[in-house]
Amino acid sequence: MAVENSSGAKIRIRQVSKVFKTRNREVQALQDINLDIQRNEFITFVGASGCGKSTLLRSIGGLEQHSRGEILLDGRAVTGPGIDRAMVFQHYSLYPWLNVMQNIKFCRQLKVVSDTVKTDGDIEVASGRADALLNLMGLSAFHQAYPNQLSGGMQQRVAIARALMPKPEILLMDEPFGALDAQTREVMHDLIRHVHRLEKSTILFVTHDVEEAIYLGGRVVLMAPRPGRIDTIYDVPLPAERNQDMKLSAEFLTLKREILARIRETSGMSTDLELLEQLTRTQPAAL
Amino acid sequence: MSAHQPLPEPQAATQPARQSWWVIRGELSRGAIWGLAAAGLILPLLVWWAYTAAGLANPMFMPGPDAVLARVGRWWSDEGLLADIGISVYRVMTGFLLSALFALPLGLYIGTYRPVQAFLEPLTDFIRYMPAVAFIPLVMLWVGIDESSKVLIIFIGTFFQMVLMVAEDVRRVPMAQIEAAQTMGASRSEIVKLVILPSARPALLDTLRITCGWAWTYLVVAELVAANSGLGYAILKAQRYMQTDKIFAGIILIGVIGLLTDQAFRWLGRAAFPWLKR
Ligand SMILES: Nc1ncnc2c1ncn2[C@@H]1O[C@H](COP(=O)(O)OP(=O)(O)OP(=O)(O)O)[C@@H](O)[C@H]1O
Ligand SMILES: [Mg+2]
Repeated sequence: MAVENSSGAKIRIRQVSKVFKTRNREVQALQDINLDIQRNEFITFVGASGCGKSTLLRSIGGLEQHSRGEILLDGRAVTGPGIDRAMVFQHYSLYPWLNVMQNIKFCRQLKVVSDTVKTDGDIEVASGRADALLNLMGLSAFHQAYPNQLSGGMQQRVAIARALMPKPEILLMDEPFGALDAQTREVMHDLIRHVHRLEKSTILFVTHDVEEAIYLGGRVVLMAPRPGRIDTIYDVPLPAERNQDMKLSAEFLTLKREILARIRETSGMSTDLELLEQLTRTQPAAL
Repeated sequence: MSAHQPLPEPQAATQPARQSWWVIRGELSRGAIWGLAAAGLILPLLVWWAYTAAGLANPMFMPGPDAVLARVGRWWSDEGLLADIGISVYRVMTGFLLSALFALPLGLYIGTYRPVQAFLEPLTDFIRYMPAVAFIPLVMLWVGIDESSKVLIIFIGTFFQMVLMVAEDVRRVPMAQIEAAQTMGASRSEIVKLVILPSARPALLDTLRITCGWAWTYLVVAELVAANSGLGYAILKAQRYMQTDKIFAGIILIGVIGLLTDQAFRWLGRAAFPWLKR
């Protein structure tokens, strides 16, 4: 929609479909998804439960094999997970046997990363980055704490720092703040926008919270279920610099209302509501 | 505008917050835990002592705790208790360690790779249900009644169970932990070494603790049938000479050794995995 010049796109998704085959049925989790995402874009995904948001994100991350179509990163097809794409999950995937600092530095034990670190200078830079991330996340006092000694918000900040450590070009986030309370979430929103500016990364962010999607995203992709597909892509009419007050602006609220209404229409919930009304109408007679 | 209401004066607590023992999964002070544990161990001992001291039991069939204790003393000084314990512990440990040596890598592969699981798990499951005790005649035919037969029986009794439990421990490693490493570019061997193994370690230690207990059961079976030394053999010989006090002593000693091993494993777990406690 907003993107015409797709030749420079960081991520190109072409006719991607995904079918899950279970014992007695097939689920069309994604059907003919087409989307171009620009370098350094912050794009958010919303939609009713089961519309394939996680599946799409995991396919881009290389954790899921799509059935048809292609996903191109800088023109190269995704064949599996890679160091260029980091992923943050809803459920804390930290390593409980490692403390905060060891979790953040986890990737440095891996061959793909250690191969790039050769001289003492490189090591120093890497260590500096770990410290900087720790500070950025406001965790410097907790570098020796174990994950189960931290609150949910702190754990998720460690997970983000760990994901950022190898300088990924693309950050894939699947409802990363879903389990956090509203206040912590606001803090995290500004933090992740700060990271986006600082690291110049391309961020794909899945959420079921429309307000979150608008506040964070430059574009909001609305997906619809059965079969999982892209329904509408909204451009967010807010300046690149965001602040919490904007959530009360007319543009914000209009877009929020529009998206919410569209989710309701596409989710099949409206028929449920009709059914409910029918039930309440017929109940007195039945009794 | 909302006016600030003055806070009510803090009142002296009239009664301490009620503490109930019967909270579902509630906490208990260390003192209370030790006290209850001691009571739970001493109470049956007291009942046993009272029953025999009152002369309600024929000492021929049921000696009192004092008689059993005296027998332990004599066993120690005259009848080579230490040697009996030594050889039994040696057999258990050899069989158990041998079992672990093969079960750990095999279980790791079954739990990590589907093809290995599909290939080996049904077979392991099948053999697991064959009673290890029933293998004794076969083992005696094949390897005779020297040390290796006892070790082999313990091995048969624990190995197949251990493989399946290790595989299950490995499968329980959360997929999110594995995928997090994958998205950082970890290779297969790196995931096994840096994620699966460390993540499963506490569960693996628990599996070892439980199977070590089973190893003792199979030791006694092996020694009852095919040995001329060890605690199990001593129990069998005591039966021949109607030394009920020695039977009691042997059974209780095995219990004590088992309890100590168990505690050692638990202590090891607490020392090695400090990150488990909050
Ligand atoms: N491993 C799987 N096996 C079978 N079906 C699956 C699997 N993963 C997802 N699905 C199905 O694919 C569809 C899309 O799932 P997905 O998790 O991508 O939805 P989602 O949009 O992330 O939903 P939510 O908002 O609830 O997280 C659903 O109908 C789901 O049941
Ligand atoms: Mg999802």
